[in-house]
Amino acid sequence: MLKTFRIGGIHPKENKLSAGKSIESIPIPSEVIVPLAQHIGAPCQPVVKRGDPVKVGTLLGKSVGFVSANIHSPVSGKVKKIDKAYDSSGYKRDCVFINVENDEWDESIDTTAALVRDCSLTSKEIIDKIFAAGIVGMGGATFPTHVKLTPPPGTKAEVLIINGVECEPYLTADHTLMMEKTEEILVGIEILMKAVNVNRAVIGIENNKRDAIDKFKQFAKSYPTIEVQSLKVQYPQGGEKQLIDAVLRRQVPSGALPISVGAVVQNVGTAFAVYEAVQKNKPLVERVVTVTGKHVANPCNVLSRIGVPLTDLIDYAGGLPETTGKVVSGGPMMGKAIARIDIPVTKGTSGVLIIPTLEARRKLMKDCIKCGKCVNICPMGLNPTTLMTLTEYEVWEKAEKEKITDCIECGSCSYTCPSDRPLLDYIRLGKGKVMGIMRARKN
Amino acid sequence: MENKLVVSPSPHVHSGDTIAKNMYGVLIALVPAFLVSLYVFGLNALILTVASVLFCVITEYVIQRYMLKRIPTIADGSAIITGILLAFNVPSNLPLWILAIGAIAAIGIGKMSFGGLGNNIFNPALLGRVFLLISFPTQMTSWPLPSTMAPVDGATAATVLENMKYNPEALSSVSDMFFGLESGSIGEMSAMALLLGLIYMLWKRIITWHIPVSILVTVGLFTASIYLFDPSPANNPLIHLLSGGLLLGAIFMATDYATSPLSKNGMLIYGVGIGVVTVCIRLWGAYPEGVSFAILLMNALTPLINMYVKPKRFGEVVKNV
Repeated sequence: MLKTFRIGGIHPKENKLSAGKSIESIPIPSEVIVPLAQHIGAPCQPVVKRGDPVKVGTLLGKSVGFVSANIHSPVSGKVKKIDKAYDSSGYKRDCVFINVENDEWDESIDTTAALVRDCSLTSKEIIDKIFAAGIVGMGGATFPTHVKLTPPPGTKAEVLIINGVECEPYLTADHTLMMEKTEEILVGIEILMKAVNVNRAVIGIENNKRDAIDKFKQFAKSYPTIEVQSLKVQYPQGGEKQLIDAVLRRQVPSGALPISVGAVVQNVGTAFAVYEAVQKNKPLVERVVTVTGKHVANPCNVLSRIGVPLTDLIDYAGGLPETTGKVVSGGPMMGKAIARIDIPVTKGTSGVLIIPTLEARRKLMKDCIKCGKCVNICPMGLNPTTLMTLTEYEVWEKAEKEKITDCIECGSCSYTCPSDRPLLDYIRLGKGKVMGIMRARKN
Repeated sequence: MENKLVVSPSPHVHSGDTIAKNMYGVLIALVPAFLVSLYVFGLNALILTVASVLFCVITEYVIQRYMLKRIPTIADGSAIITGILLAFNVPSNLPLWILAIGAIAAIGIGKMSFGGLGNNIFNPALLGRVFLLISFPTQMTSWPLPSTMAPVDGATAATVLENMKYNPEALSSVSDMFFGLESGSIGEMSAMALLLGLIYMLWKRIITWHIPVSILVTVGLFTASIYLFDPSPANNPLIHLLSGGLLLGAIFMATDYATSPLSKNGMLIYGVGIGVVTVCIRLWGAYPEGVSFAILLMNALTPLINMYVKPKRFGEVVKNV
């Protein structure tokens, strides 16, 4: 019996069109736009000004506050201006525009491909290096990694869980990375274990990536503290709480952090970024992005510098199809639909999904037939149809009692509903309202 | 291009499941029982079933189109199911005008007065049936001989035996003789055909096992425990399980989405409730058959069950290791 999480779950069509395609580096354009807010938390303070020469790895924006992450130049050239530009949020935000000249890297960065296995740094030194390199959660949440590696006082991590699940349909960026950077990821995991001071790590990989499981099992033989756990395919297994339940059979209580059950979870992409930051001194300036869609000519996994417009990635994959109705940054279940495709790649861009017009629009909502399907598939054990009704009628107290704030916004309810009801839209709205009320009560 | 992009919140894909898919799935599951009814009751079953479906669909269309002035949703298949289930719950010689009244009660009162599909509290077909049972008790409880085309009153021992020869499921008819119960509404003749329908619906994930299994297990255990003290044929659990409308009710009527609980635990409570009430009515009640009343009673309790029985929440119930 393969392990999986114990409550709810769905099986959306995988559509992993770009599976098995190796990582291709895409050319650097003549201008890149680097947003100063690429993470959850406070935006960075720019430390460069117009006309400044930069190399790959030069600090562009300094982190302000604890929950924030540094931003480095992904290219070499001259700062053109600091101005507002659209990002995936649909708003104009502060960005650093850079005119690209050559591809010169900062001298401190080791740009060779040689594997550096040993790391003699202490936990604090590692976390400092991760902080300096501006690493954030690469799965798409973009939560600053150094924060997650600094457990609140009085808590103790027991096990590090590495998320190699990639349960979003279409996306294959993590899968490809696991196949091509297996050893680097394993070293990254060892470094992360040292950072949180645990001697056990488990990589969870869904069983639809047999090749990655086999490869990790083979290489992990020389990393005795790292286990590989194959998991039954089920969405949303990549959710932090679901993954911990699947791997450890422990459920994080409502409102608590994973550390409350002794777990710290990091994505495989993050483990790779940590390897590069700590062993190669390389800040987070590029990432793997899946460019895909049913009508895309050449679905692929590209290695793109931060700040490259999505237009370039789409062109690389064969151009925007005639039939395009919607473009999503991220996967189809939790990704964000974007209004324009000239926005830049950021640290959290795991995929660019192009959806044909036929599938882009939602169907007309019908009355709830009370089939109970949303209730039975909700991975948090919530009652989506009731939460939607409570939000419609603004019954916030009851919505709070029904744990609306536990919702992880995985979208399984809306995906499943035979009446095409926009359950998550309402729940998201209600969740925001209830969280606001709870915060106001605290103050 | 850019200003043409659709922007909407996630998720951006859908399972493709629709109300109609579920309803037509139920219709497919009803096919075996329908074929058996044709075999047993012949043309009468066909006429009654088709007429009942027409009455129900027309009632729904007229109410939606002319009274509510909405776009009719008869294509979703739910009125067709109500029509078939109503026909399945009446004797095969019921006059068509009575059936029409039943259809109007089922759809008009049972479904549309509450706001249509999903908003109704009681199973429309059962409400129609009980409406007829109370209004036309004679016509609703005079059972023609199976195997005959023309309506005939009363059954003789010979014909029941005759029936047993070519219908292995006829045990229910035997049991009915013991109870003095109905010997068969149109749709409840063959346990096998109904169970085939159940298997199909489970396979297609239209329903889960919780409701039918909890009803059948409850009826089986309840009557078996009585049978231990008083082993009269009237208490035989096997006969109880196969007789009357129990299987039809447990598989097709109690599992109606709108009138059954949302969570799995709620479904189990609901199923046990139906089983207990059914046996109580059958053994000690004034009516010989209790499934319809049991389901309607538990329909009424469904909102209460939904309020108090919650699904297992993440991190609350499951034990950590």
